[in-house]
Parts: sequence; C-alpha cells; structure tokens
Amino acid sequence: MPLLNDKIQTEVRKALQSMAGPVKLVMFTQASNALECQMCSETRALVEEIAALSPAGRLSVEVYDFLADQAATEQYKVDKIPAIAVVGAQDYGIRFYGIPSGYEFSSLMDDIVTVSKAESGLSAATKAAVAKINRPVHIQVYVTPT
Amino acid sequence: MLAHRLAMESEWITADMVEATEFPHLANKYEVYGVPRTVINETLHIEGAVPEPMLVNELLKVLDS
Repeated sequence: MPLLNDKIQTEVRKALQSMAGPVKLVMFTQASNALECQMCSETRALVEEIAALSPAGRLSVEVYDFLADQAATEQYKVDKIPAIAVVGAQDYGIRFYGIPSGYEFSSLMDDIVTVSKAESGLSAATKAAVAKINRPVHIQVYVTPT
Repeated sequence: MLAHRLAMESEWITADMVEATEFPHLANKYEVYGVPRTVINETLHIEGAVPEPMLVNELLKVLDS
C-alpha cells in the first residue's frame, strides 16, 4: 500500500512540475539479516514514491547502507539514520534525519524544488550577511511530525 | 526550510532537520521540550520559529564569539 494517498500524490506531482534541474535524494538506511529498521524502510519507500511522481529524470534516489557503504557515509557526513541528503547542482549540506512526515514532508517538497532551481530565494540582505561567514556553522532544527 | 536555504548560500553552513521523537537521546541532549528548536554549533539554542533576519544575526553571533 502506498504511503501517499491519491490527493497527496496529485499535489506532489504538481509541485514537482516546477523543478528546474535534476535533484538527487541520497538516502541512508541500514539492513542486517534482511531486516531494515522500521523508520528506515518507511523513509526509503517514501522517497521512492516521491521520485516516481517527478517529471522523467528530474528526481532520483540513491540508497546507501549506513554501515556497509562507509565511503558514502563519510562523503555525506551522515551520523544517524534514516538520513536524506537533498543534492542538486552541488551538495549544499542539506540533511533530513528521521522520516519526513507532516511538517517535515512539506519542508522536503519545498527543498526539492528550491534546490532544483539552485537559488535559495533569500533576501539580498541575508545573502550579503551569510557571505561573510568563514567558519563552519552547523544548524540543527528539531521538529516533530505535527 | 530557512536553515536549508541558508545552507545553499554558504559552503560553510550545513543544516539538519531532525525528527525529535526518533532521536530521543539528541532531544534530551539539546533539551528539546518544544518545537521547533534550533541548535547552532552545539552551543546556541533558540526556541520557536525564527524569522530570517533573527536567524542570520544569531549565525553571525556564533562567529563573533
């Protein structure tokens, strides 16, 4: 049974029509003895369903095993699972940890379209201020589904 | 998400959206009692939704300190 109902599928398909360039959802899961952690398998199913609703070739999914695929885990600096990196023309450092449902689902959809355009849409003042940053800044935003 | 948009603007910024209930040890570590809760470089915590100019100011504060 799909995770997204007909109504949401229609909305997602419509939203993804405005994608400008290709975007990759890089998903990290973990499988041992053929058992995938519950939120991992649901997260993987969700990103695969979303990708299937995008215009041909626009949104793709890459799945890695958190422990087995060490190189990918290090490349994307992922430290917990399930994890999703939203990657466009480059890896901007955008990550989701946990299943993106509810509020996070809207954020993921918004991020996919924003990243596809390679344009943050932030104000000129914000862009100028952020351009001054010359040291690593790690922002974590904790949310709940509702 | 705003933090993700900021990450697009600077190679120095990485931004995570974390589902608090799936990572209770982190929710506990960062004292997440209400959401959203924003944590910058482990040290600075902001409760509630943060408008764009305020979040930018907070980022610059981290750099100044």
